[in-house]
Amino acid sequence: MEFNDAQAIYLQIADYISEHILLGKWKEGERLLSVRELGTELEVNPNTVMRAYDFLQSNEIIYNKRGIGYFVADDAKEKILNYRRKRFLEKELPILFKNIHLLNIDVEEIKKRYNDYLQKQQAL
Amino acid sequence: MIQIKHVEFSYSRNAQLFTGLELSLSPGHIHGILGKNGEGKSTLLKMISGMIFPQKGEIEVLGYEPRKRQPEMLREIFFLPEELPPITLSIENYEKVYAPFYPHFNHEQFQGYLQEFEINSGKSQINKLSYGQKKKVFMAFGLATNTKIVLLDEPTNGLDIPSKAQFRKMTASALEEERIMLISTHQVRDLDSLIDSIIIMNSHQIVFNELCENITEKLLFSYGKEKSEGEEVLYSEENLRGFDQVSINKTGEESKLDIELLFNTVLKNHQRIREIFSNQNNKRF
Repeated sequence: MEFNDAQAIYLQIADYISEHILLGKWKEGERLLSVRELGTELEVNPNTVMRAYDFLQSNEIIYNKRGIGYFVADDAKEKILNYRRKRFLEKELPILFKNIHLLNIDVEEIKKRYNDYLQKQQAL
Repeated sequence: MIQIKHVEFSYSRNAQLFTGLELSLSPGHIHGILGKNGEGKSTLLKMISGMIFPQKGEIEVLGYEPRKRQPEMLREIFFLPEELPPITLSIENYEKVYAPFYPHFNHEQFQGYLQEFEINSGKSQINKLSYGQKKKVFMAFGLATNTKIVLLDEPTNGLDIPSKAQFRKMTASALEEERIMLISTHQVRDLDSLIDSIIIMNSHQIVFNELCENITEKLLFSYGKEKSEGEEVLYSEENLRGFDQVSINKTGEESKLDIELLFNTVLKNHQRIREIFSNQNNKRF
């Protein structure tokens, strides 16, 4: 796995797992790879994978069955979307605002483009 | 557990290498040891494995003193030196001769690792293999010994691109709660995601020894177009993408640790780094 410089590796692994859940590759109630298996697959220290699992567990996206392993929570998708929304509003949106302001772009222009985008999406 | 206390060592009478070396390593981690050439990284690994002895001070490895070279200790240590030993045996015979020294050696695991490294013939004479191939044989053997201590001196030197990825996979899978892995390296990018504890040597001293999660809790690594100024900035490097900076982490947000950047920060600013990390210890205990 290629990691970027934007976030700690364990958070990038948490995102990677979340993405798999959102795309339905790993389903609700399904068992996740063990910490060691995922570490081996991603070429990452198992302790770092453990931190990602801890993080996802504290966000109630996955849960631990003692001695068996980690499982995808039943409402994992909703939890992931909530967490992602929160992160977007708190972290990513301010950067967007900053650029909009810096480049002096009219908010109406943004609105129009967003509506165009939505129409294209619906047409698909 | 590995404990090194007040160790003094010199190769010749007029050039002291270590004067009062201190280090303690806990199991369950892959420790990366970094330092410029000639700092004594390899010497340190050799002392831990009992190949050379300190002139003063104490070393304790799994409760044993390495200089006594007791079999109980030696069968729990695997050391891969940078300069590989000249072995005229075939891979198969090497296993026959050396595996019995290691009670937890696992034949299937060894075969599995060799396969992953695409070394197919056990009949090949080790001496006739290329440096990279030889290294892979010893690495596969070493991880299959299942010793409590694994010391690797520049393990990715001489490995081709796919083998580096294989090495990371194997090492990640071989970490156990009871195992101490200590890797000395200059190829920090190769091991970026693998090591979770960083030790830095400078002027023949251990100047830094922290778990990666403590590092990112205390320090913020940022990469951007803007240069931040102020008291909290510890180190700054300009390059094409802008500024790579290390500063004191005040937000609690964890950034991606850049080992090279950390290394430069510690070397340039080790007094402040020491203050930052000693505060943390005060809080903890």
